[in-house]
Amino acid sequence: MTALRLKSALTLLGPFIALLVVYGIFGMMNSKMFTEDVMLNILTQTVIVGTAAIGMTLIIIAGGIDLSVGSIIALCGVVAATLVTWHLSAPVIFIATIAFGALCGLINGGLTVGLRLLPFIITLGTMQVFRGAGKVATNGSPVNLPFDVTAYKPWMGGAGIPLGVWLMIILVVLFGLLLRYTRFGRHIFAVGSNENTATLCGVNVGKVKLLVYTISGALAGLAGIMIMSKSSQGDPTTAMGMELDIIAAVVIGGASLSGGEGTVLGAVIGALLMTTIRTGCVLNGIPTPWTEVISGAIIVIAVIIDRLRHRKA
Amino acid sequence: MPPIPPRLVMRGIRKTFGSTIALGRVDLEVLPGEVHALVGENGAGKSTLMKILSGAHLPDGGEMEVDGKPYRPHNPLDARAAGVGMIYQELSIAPHLTVEENIVLGMEPMKGLFVDRKAMRARTLEALAHFDHPDIRPETLAGNLSVSALQLVEIGRSLAMGCKLLVFDEPTSSLAQKDIERLFTLIDRLKAQGISIIYISHFLEEVKRLASRLTVLRDGSVIGTRDVSTVTPEEVVALMVGRDVKDLYPRTAHQPGEKLLEIRSLSGRKKPTEVNLDLHRGEVVGIAGLVGSGRTEFLRALFGLDPMSGGEALVRGKNGAANPRMRWQEGLGFLSENRKEEGLALNLSIADNITLTCLERFGKAGTLSPRKQNAATAVWIERLGIKCQDPSQSVGALSGGNQQKTAFARLLEHDVDVLLLDEPTRGIDIAAKARIYEAINEVVTDSIRPRAVIIISSYLPELFGVCDRIAVMSQGKLTRAVPVEKLTPHDVMLVATGKAADLP
Repeated sequence: MTALRLKSALTLLGPFIALLVVYGIFGMMNSKMFTEDVMLNILTQTVIVGTAAIGMTLIIIAGGIDLSVGSIIALCGVVAATLVTWHLSAPVIFIATIAFGALCGLINGGLTVGLRLLPFIITLGTMQVFRGAGKVATNGSPVNLPFDVTAYKPWMGGAGIPLGVWLMIILVVLFGLLLRYTRFGRHIFAVGSNENTATLCGVNVGKVKLLVYTISGALAGLAGIMIMSKSSQGDPTTAMGMELDIIAAVVIGGASLSGGEGTVLGAVIGALLMTTIRTGCVLNGIPTPWTEVISGAIIVIAVIIDRLRHRKA
Repeated sequence: MPPIPPRLVMRGIRKTFGSTIALGRVDLEVLPGEVHALVGENGAGKSTLMKILSGAHLPDGGEMEVDGKPYRPHNPLDARAAGVGMIYQELSIAPHLTVEENIVLGMEPMKGLFVDRKAMRARTLEALAHFDHPDIRPETLAGNLSVSALQLVEIGRSLAMGCKLLVFDEPTSSLAQKDIERLFTLIDRLKAQGISIIYISHFLEEVKRLASRLTVLRDGSVIGTRDVSTVTPEEVVALMVGRDVKDLYPRTAHQPGEKLLEIRSLSGRKKPTEVNLDLHRGEVVGIAGLVGSGRTEFLRALFGLDPMSGGEALVRGKNGAANPRMRWQEGLGFLSENRKEEGLALNLSIADNITLTCLERFGKAGTLSPRKQNAATAVWIERLGIKCQDPSQSVGALSGGNQQKTAFARLLEHDVDVLLLDEPTRGIDIAAKARIYEAINEVVTDSIRPRAVIIISSYLPELFGVCDRIAVMSQGKLTRAVPVEKLTPHDVMLVATGKAADLP
């Protein structure tokens, strides 16, 4: 028992150690890394990618992928901002935006399951569709929140730990439990590990996939509200390429792109690692292009480590 | 004249890895020109022993002699130089080099700074003379050859270095039937030339065909060496698993009871056509037939994995929807012939794989208790003898036999009434086979609720060993099921190959 516990702990520990090491290196270069301000900033910056990465983890464990998640986030940001300009109450806006995100996810899942096509292709298409839809709806310009609206500030800023960070932590716990201690969670793993086996064992594979994409869409909707809260606007051109950060976070966190493996905690640690690199580079005056090189290298290293880990097992 | 020394003597070989004893004082002797089989369950120590022989591992104690001279290889090249060559399951051939370059690889004849291509060619031709295979020419790129040809190149490599002892590790696992026969002929010829061979195999039939003696390893020790000509399969299994196995196919009297399954004119998309079959509690019905005759398609259509194009299947008199979920609910369970691609989710745990069809029993309202899953799984690990660390180990890490036991345990854990087994013992070691036969017999003779079994197999002794009745599938058509007492394997083969229309 202990040997296996140790192994699964190591899977999580890997990204965590990487995070500490990277944090430590940047900290040695600039002690500002250890101030409360910077730490809070890193946590807050992680909320959007982290929240969406939780949903992406479910999709990737189930053997799928969603390239459209960045577009869904931007579109949902636009939707949320528009609803704010209609003077709807915050709870209504949360529910409506999350539902809208879920609908986008349902479309992805429905097309993948219904047409039996690769999710890579489907979501490559819907990535453009959702992105375009946001621009069409707003004529390409951002929807600004009215100046007197301050209700969304505490989600991504303000004094102390922003609400969004708490929300992300709660979601990690919730979905961590879901994956491990529910039937649905086991079904997600079974579908991703071997779809034929899942079918043979009477798992409703289509339903599992549909649900997973829908949940991921809902979480992307939530991330959309966070991006609106952060920038006080709904910008249809925001979160470009964010899907790659999200997928990278999930993979750094120990998920396998061939399905059947992954943890939400790992994914959020992966997201934290990426934010840490960006913040650390900024603090140390490393130019942005180099930040990209370093982030990319970390992703490649994570995948190599993943390969080595699997060869041993 | 002194007596001819044995080709190989291993005395008191010991090897430990950390706290686990992989080998404890193993003795083995192989004579010149002898084919000596090494059998044992996975994890018995066969590969460790062979790695020591080939220099990949150093032993912690003991000594070895080759042709009477002390032998202590530090790496595989040492071993080959001393005349010991390994033919591994996974061939170590460089696909981008030619046949001759592969054969002399690591021991290239040199002329000054350059490879002596003339010597290389001569040495290759000499080695290739052992097997006249039309595709294998010195200048062919290895990457263009078939697996069986590559195996020959690998053998040629050892022969070119003058090896007098070859170790074959499961050499037939990736070969087609005709290549297997060709390999056996080659082994016979090498034997006649005085070359000694250690042959590792799960398949007792191969051992019987090739070897003169066999040595059984269990838990890192030699249990015994027997003459192949006199040993019985039951004796070999008993040695391998360490307990008395009276009969490879145990059989307590079966008592057919109520009708569980009534199949009427069932047809699949292409195959099978119009299958009729009744199945009762407490009986085992075998389905013989050639691969591709529609045997597998029949069970898949019955279980709802492939569409049914006509007919019906009544379970306890009721005609339910043909889909896997419904079938499990009705108390049917299916064991796939293809455990890696369909039967098991390899990176999930043993517990998840065994309990996947009935997770609702392990928690209320959609929740799940891994502890309860593991507890239930531990029972099957114990009862079927699944060799593993614990229930949460991933199935992919297990040996084939233990994977198959896991897939089989799923049906037992779900507690189905009807077990549909497609090639349940293909490619697994004989000890694991014996366990599965035992388990089949146990569920069929259960005193409270005898189960029913349909078993597909290409191996006729198995069908005749476990079945009460046998039906034969030929070109999509299934004969009636005839009691085994009234059948001979010959009758079955005649129908299977289309030379007879029906069983007598």
